[in-house]
Amino acid sequence: MGRDGLVRRLREIVGDRYVLADPADVVVYEADALPLTGALPDVVVLPGSAEEVAAVVRAAADGGVPVIPRGAGTGLAGGAVPEGGGVLVVLTRLDRILSIDPRARLADVEAGVVNADLNAAARPYGLTFAPDPGSQAASTVGGNIATNAGGPHCLAYGVTTHHVLAAQVVLADGSVVWVGGAASDAPGYDLRGVLVGSEGTLGIVTRALVRLVRLPEGARTLLAIFDGVEPASRAVSDIIASGVVPAALEMLDALTLRIVEDFVHAGYPADAGAVLLVEVEGVADVLDRLADRIRALCARHGARQIRTAATEEERALLWKGRKEAFGALGRVRRGVYLADVTVPRHRLPEMMRRVAEIAARTGVPIANFFHAGDGNLHPNLLYDPRDPAAAAAVARAGEEIVRAGLELGGTITGEHGVGLDKREQMRWMFTDADLEAMRRLRRAWDPHGRLNPGKVVPQ
Amino acid sequence: MTDAERTTTDRGSAEGGRAQRRGLVRRLREIVGDRHVLTDPADVVVYEQDGSILQVLPEVVVLPASTSEVAAVVGAAREANVPIVPRGSGTGLAGGAVPAEGGVVVSLARMTRIREVDLRGRIAVAEAGVINLDVTRAVAGQGYFYAPDPSSQAACSIGGNVANNSGGPHTLAYGVTTNHVLGLEVVLGDGTVTWLGGRVPDPPGYDLTGVFVGSEGTLGIVTAAALRLMRAREAVRTLLAIFDRMDDATDVVVQITAAGIVPAALEMMDRTTIEAVETGAPAGYPRDAEAVLLVEVEGVREYAERAAELARQICVRGGAREVRVARDEAERQRLWKGRKGAFGALGALAPHYYVQDGVVPRSRLPQVMREIAEIGRRYGLRIANVFHAGDGNLHPNILFDMRAPGQLERVIAAGGDILRACVAAGGSITGEHGIGLEKKAYMDLLFSPADLDAMARVRRVFDPDGRFNPAKMFPTPITCAEMRRAPAAIPAGLWI
Amino acid sequence: MGEHGGGGAQERGGRGASAGPAGRRTAAAIPAIPELDRCVHCGLCLNHCPTYRVTRLEAESPRGRIHLVRAAAEGRIDLGERFAEHLYLCLMCRACETACPSGVQYGRIAEAARAVLGPPGSPVARWAARAVFTRLLPFPGRVRRAARLLGAAQRLGLAALARALPGRVGEMAAMLPAVPRHFFTPATEVFPALGPARARVGLLTGCVMSTLFADVDAATVRVLQRNGCEVVVPRTQVCCGALNVHNGEVASARAMARANVAAFLAAGVEAAVVNAAGCGAAMKEYGHLLADDPAWAEPARRLAGMVADVTEFLARLGPLPPAGRVDLTVTYQDPCHLAHGQKVRAQPRQLLGLIPGLRLVEMDGSDRCCGSAGIYNITHPHMSRTLLREKMQAIARTGARAVVAPNPGCMLQLRYGARAYGPAVAVYHLVDLLDESYRAGDA
Repeated sequence: MGRDGLVRRLREIVGDRYVLADPADVVVYEADALPLTGALPDVVVLPGSAEEVAAVVRAAADGGVPVIPRGAGTGLAGGAVPEGGGVLVVLTRLDRILSIDPRARLADVEAGVVNADLNAAARPYGLTFAPDPGSQAASTVGGNIATNAGGPHCLAYGVTTHHVLAAQVVLADGSVVWVGGAASDAPGYDLRGVLVGSEGTLGIVTRALVRLVRLPEGARTLLAIFDGVEPASRAVSDIIASGVVPAALEMLDALTLRIVEDFVHAGYPADAGAVLLVEVEGVADVLDRLADRIRALCARHGARQIRTAATEEERALLWKGRKEAFGALGRVRRGVYLADVTVPRHRLPEMMRRVAEIAARTGVPIANFFHAGDGNLHPNLLYDPRDPAAAAAVARAGEEIVRAGLELGGTITGEHGVGLDKREQMRWMFTDADLEAMRRLRRAWDPHGRLNPGKVVPQ
Repeated sequence: MTDAERTTTDRGSAEGGRAQRRGLVRRLREIVGDRHVLTDPADVVVYEQDGSILQVLPEVVVLPASTSEVAAVVGAAREANVPIVPRGSGTGLAGGAVPAEGGVVVSLARMTRIREVDLRGRIAVAEAGVINLDVTRAVAGQGYFYAPDPSSQAACSIGGNVANNSGGPHTLAYGVTTNHVLGLEVVLGDGTVTWLGGRVPDPPGYDLTGVFVGSEGTLGIVTAAALRLMRAREAVRTLLAIFDRMDDATDVVVQITAAGIVPAALEMMDRTTIEAVETGAPAGYPRDAEAVLLVEVEGVREYAERAAELARQICVRGGAREVRVARDEAERQRLWKGRKGAFGALGALAPHYYVQDGVVPRSRLPQVMREIAEIGRRYGLRIANVFHAGDGNLHPNILFDMRAPGQLERVIAAGGDILRACVAAGGSITGEHGIGLEKKAYMDLLFSPADLDAMARVRRVFDPDGRFNPAKMFPTPITCAEMRRAPAAIPAGLWI
Repeated sequence: MGEHGGGGAQERGGRGASAGPAGRRTAAAIPAIPELDRCVHCGLCLNHCPTYRVTRLEAESPRGRIHLVRAAAEGRIDLGERFAEHLYLCLMCRACETACPSGVQYGRIAEAARAVLGPPGSPVARWAARAVFTRLLPFPGRVRRAARLLGAAQRLGLAALARALPGRVGEMAAMLPAVPRHFFTPATEVFPALGPARARVGLLTGCVMSTLFADVDAATVRVLQRNGCEVVVPRTQVCCGALNVHNGEVASARAMARANVAAFLAAGVEAAVVNAAGCGAAMKEYGHLLADDPAWAEPARRLAGMVADVTEFLARLGPLPPAGRVDLTVTYQDPCHLAHGQKVRAQPRQLLGLIPGLRLVEMDGSDRCCGSAGIYNITHPHMSRTLLREKMQAIARTGARAVVAPNPGCMLQLRYGARAYGPAVAVYHLVDLLDESYRAGDA
């Protein structure tokens, strides 16, 4: 079956409208949010049901071509980008919220449901889907599952895998199975856990049963301004040590603050060394006392000013700078390479020193804003993509940062996934035996290596 | 039957099996020393059973002291082509440590070293045989604890907790074992030793650590685990509410969680259990009450106080006849006394009981509790319920006398009906005890053939010969004959 | 850092790009658009885009269209029919600009691409559109004559006949409102302020506003006067040119912009007030439109800085509170070119809040496009109706009796929606209600 034959068969499965083969249609699928272009898919198909996905997978298998699943394409690691042709299966048409059970706090959703849309649907019941990646306005639940996405509030709620009870999966042979179950911690092997974060290399998630959590009765948001990253990091340690588990604990460094202030006008002092954003949630009448405690801890570490949001508008303003920081960087420099390193939380001050050293040595400006509470750094390396020398320097600096993180006992990616971008870095973190175990697992699910080939595990 | 199981069924009956076994024992003695290889019937008989009522006598029991010894033992068993059954403290309730097809039982009980405690990184690296409570004891002085707390925590091992993905009363707030394991040292079927996961949560790549947690020794032997430590809670508040109607009590459970309180524990006992407790080890519960609910909240001081008060109000509004609040640690211990001794006290009502471990969505609790009562009536059996109400994890205990003709058949049938009721309500057949031998017949209630095949494929990845803990987890029907191998009386101090 | 360099450190390569059949336009025609480089491909715009929400196709999303334009500029794809279809399925609502964290001005990219493509559709449609854009819109007299002709046809019953016709013509006829007998063609050029004078402002009467919505223009003048404004209506003004820009007719658009810059700057006003959101957004872009015209760049920037929507202007001036009760429950539709194009959201709500008796109930997605989008409802009826049906459902859920939408395109579309799908809500321009309240209060 040649390409034309495959396209014909796909059209029979999903209908003419949902098979894209014209260059003007497929070219938009050659990249996701990683600033890197992969190969063009041979054909793009948008199935409307799990059965259609299964039939598409079988057709691709018959044609001997790879299948690359894709949600909204907001991933930052190139996971949804073809490396050498194949059928790109876009799941955005699977966008139905099948049911919300407010008593059991569960939602049954198709893979293409947008994270924010699920939240909007759950809000009237006082519930929310906890994972809140920066892309949540656009990214899909299926994509969140594929990358085991996190977000600022994962400090308190955990990442996506903690919120997925079961998933319907189309396997490489076109069979459709469920992994996990309606009750948490289903018996048998935790195949659900393997699937979450497998970036589409083991199967295509078409539907999921996800946990909803109760919207907090109230929240207090504090913004503490420090003279440097060091005292702010020490305050982070003390807050966690005090037993308070903030819903979010985010840090912005001096360079970020300067850029953010220039473009977002969130009212952060432009000469500050670091800003800490702390949010506590829970039962309304203890919030003020928790906020008092956090204020005292920040003050003890030399916070020069602490602001507390009393209203939703004030809260939004305090968050504004953090939420728009990434976009603001784009306004300063055309090229932003976003690293995603996690280190044990107590190694944070040391890691920050190393990042500063690397920036000084390589001459690459690095802006840091990140999930301090769980040690997940997002150093943003700024450069001009049209300058080949700058690009090379960024590549070197990026590598040094990842290696420094590993030396401190960290990982190569906290929440963005491996995809194409970090595939080779997997070798730095895992032994050959580890990687071989992963390859064997992959072969057990996908013996012919047809699902999202080339991703996650280096060959 | 899976392929893996098929290959193991014929094993052991080969020509010259006896001679080969002698060679294996010799080899094992070389590895771990004579003292730590047991073959005498008087030694091995104590390994024929775990915390369940299922029994199979092992041929040889070996107690290695280090990871390298475990690896060598696995290599020797492979050469002799016999099954390997790992065992921790043997407190499991599903027969997971019972050598269903003979072979070598590998007890990890000698691997009791806590290799590392890193309080700044909040990690402890413990060997498989370390007792659960000893992890907390090692760090409690510095204000930390290890969260999973199965009722057997004074006896059960970390390796066993990992194998069963154990829970406990405080699972409601902190999650089960898998949420607290960052990495695992494992010995695979070919004798290689490897670390899965690491020291930070949610590393990239496939979650192999997650696959191993809860795999009940069917993929390899866990020899050590990197565990997450948690900061001790600043304050704990405990209250006990007494109800005249089971429906009111289950409704209150739903309301407490709906109010946004996440109690550290939310435990329930029914009238039959209360009767047993008051007969066996009196805790001061009114005998005419229909249900007793134990609520514990913890956290920072401000929160614990406020949440306890809210929970109290909900209990009162929900029809509790009385709510007792512990004012100090001594009072708290008194409130817990009845709950902790409940299973032991059941012996006061009947010589045997068969504990189920179903899970249902919390919102379906009231309905499923009514169904269980109805099943008891239908089969003419008393059922005592002691359970983790907060996460919908039921432990219906079917009380019976094995010597009474026909009772055991009814018990097995009733147990099956209870699990079917749980599954029909959107739940599961085990919350924390595992599948082992006991539940494997019910796996197909939950999983389709395609699901089970997917699991079998994963098993073959790690253990292509089906050597580890064969005949567990994957479904074959349980029979009365297997149950009849049980002893005449329940040993004292059973933990659930 | 592995073979892929530092992620973005690698040049965007065109590996695997295959050339399709030769298009009717050449790739070289896409000019350098600096705005293209700003997009970091993060995808946050996707779910804010009405056409993406309906189709879930990347090529019908802002990021996808930007990617297409970039691929075309790099010569990797042809400017063929599919390319044009994707660019023209866009409503130009600019909701993506509100969502974009990098501040990409998508509208400029799309307009630049459309300028290369020219108007959409079949050769006949393109010829017809060109005729409208170049031979009709720049000439207010011709616009009025065409509208009169239409009105006469309606009164002769020809419109009812046309509505009965199958296909596009019938649908178009059904969408048109009754043409008023009198257009807004004031005999005087200057209307005095009532009470102490607070400002001297110019008013864009607009091609559609001054004919089909002549009463709204008149109400706008009265409301401005009542707020102490001397209102100048420059005689030499023409249509703003928004439709031309959106549909790739840039040359005629620039000519119209120059006429308006001259007319309003000559009027000696401190603000150019506009009561049509689409026109206001277009006039605020005059500086950009004429940036390469040495003689006009500076004056165009100056006028662009003076342009204000009528709601924006009144809120800034400090509106005098109206006294007459208007007992009505309304919901507010944010016109795209007001909320997204001009970032004016709070001011209209503030003004509605001043009207005694009026109750505002917000609808879901009030800043989501109703599907009108200039002439989009004519060029893409299917997508337009899909969005309109969703919009009418959102309105129905509020229980409001009326919708306020300060833009002629939205008003036409919503009135059609009320007739075709229900609920049978009234559709007002915001100044209609303000005017009613002032007049009731004064009476």
